[in-house]
Amino acid sequence: MKNSVEIKNLDLQFGAVKVLQNLNLEIGKGEFLVLLGSSGCGKSTLLNCIAGLLDVSGGQIHINDRNVTWAEPSERGIGMVFQSYALYPQMTVEGNLSFGLKNAKLPKSEIETRIKHASEVLQIEPLLKRKPAALSGGQRQRVAIGRALVRDVDVFLFDEPLSNLDAKLRADLRVEIKRLHHKLQNTMIYVTHDQIEAMTLADRIAIMRGGQIMQLGSPDEIYGRPVNKYVADFIGSPSMNFLDGQVKNGAFQVGDLTIPLDGYDFADSSGSAEGPATIGIRPEHVVTGELVENTPFQIEVEINLIEPTGSDTLVDCEVAGHHFRVRMDGQSKVSVGEKLRLGLAPSKASLFDAKTELRL
Amino acid sequence: MASTRPNQLFRNKSAKIAAIPMIVTALFVFVGGTIWTVVYSFTKSGLLPRLKWVGLDQYERLWATRKWLVSIENLAIYGLCMLVLVFVIGFILAALIDQKIRFEDTIRTVILYPYALSFVVTGLVWQWILNPDFGVQNVVRGWGWESFTFDPLYNADIAIYGVLIAGLWQGSGLVMVLMLAGLRGIDQDVWKASRVDGIPAWKAYIFIIIPMMRPVFVTTLVIVVTGIVKIYDLIVAQTGGGPGIATEVPAKYVYDMMFQANNLGQGFAASTMMLVTVALIVIPWAILEFGGSKRHD
Repeated sequence: MKNSVEIKNLDLQFGAVKVLQNLNLEIGKGEFLVLLGSSGCGKSTLLNCIAGLLDVSGGQIHINDRNVTWAEPSERGIGMVFQSYALYPQMTVEGNLSFGLKNAKLPKSEIETRIKHASEVLQIEPLLKRKPAALSGGQRQRVAIGRALVRDVDVFLFDEPLSNLDAKLRADLRVEIKRLHHKLQNTMIYVTHDQIEAMTLADRIAIMRGGQIMQLGSPDEIYGRPVNKYVADFIGSPSMNFLDGQVKNGAFQVGDLTIPLDGYDFADSSGSAEGPATIGIRPEHVVTGELVENTPFQIEVEINLIEPTGSDTLVDCEVAGHHFRVRMDGQSKVSVGEKLRLGLAPSKASLFDAKTELRL
Repeated sequence: MASTRPNQLFRNKSAKIAAIPMIVTALFVFVGGTIWTVVYSFTKSGLLPRLKWVGLDQYERLWATRKWLVSIENLAIYGLCMLVLVFVIGFILAALIDQKIRFEDTIRTVILYPYALSFVVTGLVWQWILNPDFGVQNVVRGWGWESFTFDPLYNADIAIYGVLIAGLWQGSGLVMVLMLAGLRGIDQDVWKASRVDGIPAWKAYIFIIIPMMRPVFVTTLVIVVTGIVKIYDLIVAQTGGGPGIATEVPAKYVYDMMFQANNLGQGFAASTMMLVTVALIVIPWAILEFGGSKRHD
């Protein structure tokens, strides 16, 4: 697959502050890449560099095999959607969609065709004569996507486009963006801090921290085999449980518990590891009830707290002096103070070196 | 649960009590004073107000007086030029300062500083600067350009433009600061979007940013226009209305009539004309701006 966007050794500094450092990224044609990270990790900055809205300090950016490092944003073949929609408030929806095209001196018929196409795809035809102030948040964001769409470009950049919407709309528009991607097959680069958005939309996710990419991989990889403790902690809600202990003779020891590690897929080719480590277990990978009998490691705990969320029930307890959360079915009848039997499958757990925090 | 709605008159009592002095002032001084002035403009009042009706005599005399006609013409020239130029200069300065420049605070202060001066000081300073014997003309001639002539205040045809220069010098800073506040209120994403759309900066200003700044423009317009209509002290300090009557303005005409010529009736008639003019401009605008049942933003 040919690469649509290539970022080579990208550096960005503001004075003495290094925001992006030696960053490399290749995004294939038609790929949906999500840049995910907490605020201040440099994900929006990276997107602005790709768009050409920020001048880079070093390195190169190629879009469609063209070096665009110093090209104007409008010449890069990109369309961009912003968190605050950034519509032109004094123009109608139609004016918003056509302003850039008119400015580029496109023929009138061509402009009309493009607006028609975009408004059909996004279902905003009835809104064309309205001004942004008369639209709801979801409609505004659709118009903003339309403005990128009419530019007829290969690469779409989204800068936290759904963050200003309420939860339900966010979920709806998320699905629509995914559908749009299936339909258009464009390259999309999408910045978000919402891991659900990232997991549901992405072909690949790049987890960023401190101006660097921690892990780049499919949502499955990132969820199942996080490369370090930060990624493991960041992805998944409720977050992963961590127990600090030792790896010894193919088992993990924490306090007076010994968790056998048969079936764990070590990152090291020798298939084993020794020394101080942290084991990470996702709350949804802990089994309860009758299934416990089939797991290689079992333990009985006392329930400290229950958080019912409807579909699931989160149970707080303590394992070997560590805070531990378990996700149970929403229908399960449990109460505080009760004893609960838990079962763990080490094949689904993650082990991290205590010092480097890298996956073992 | 209260069974009856509490009396609206006694809600927020302390706020209402605090507002009473201002309400009284507004009613008696502004509204009362205005009505009183209009009423006495139909009398033959001289040194003291007297209720001796003369009908529209004062107005007929007013519109037959050359000094008044010159005043109106001067105000029109000054007002129009001031309005256009102060907005253009103020906005351009604000747009330049908004480019994330260094020493922004210093530059902003320097440009705003003239506004902190009283019109009397401004008038006097610019009277000196524009004086051909020791002002700009003298300096340029000193550099060797012997035939250079720049003496607006001594040429009756263009004297009002000499006043305009001083007015612009003083007023641009305020407009700039207001415009700058408006520009800072614009979402940066809009700028980014316009750059992605490939819209040149000047076009973005005219078609996107300025329309978004409409409320700031309206506020600035009100401040500037009131400043123009009441222009008086600048004229007195800079030209004294001269040469001859070349820089007379309506407010000065009113003052001269009431306190120099001991002709209150004539002064009242002139000020009533000023009120009518302002009302003719403001009322239709206010109806357009605020009259609609819905507020659009």
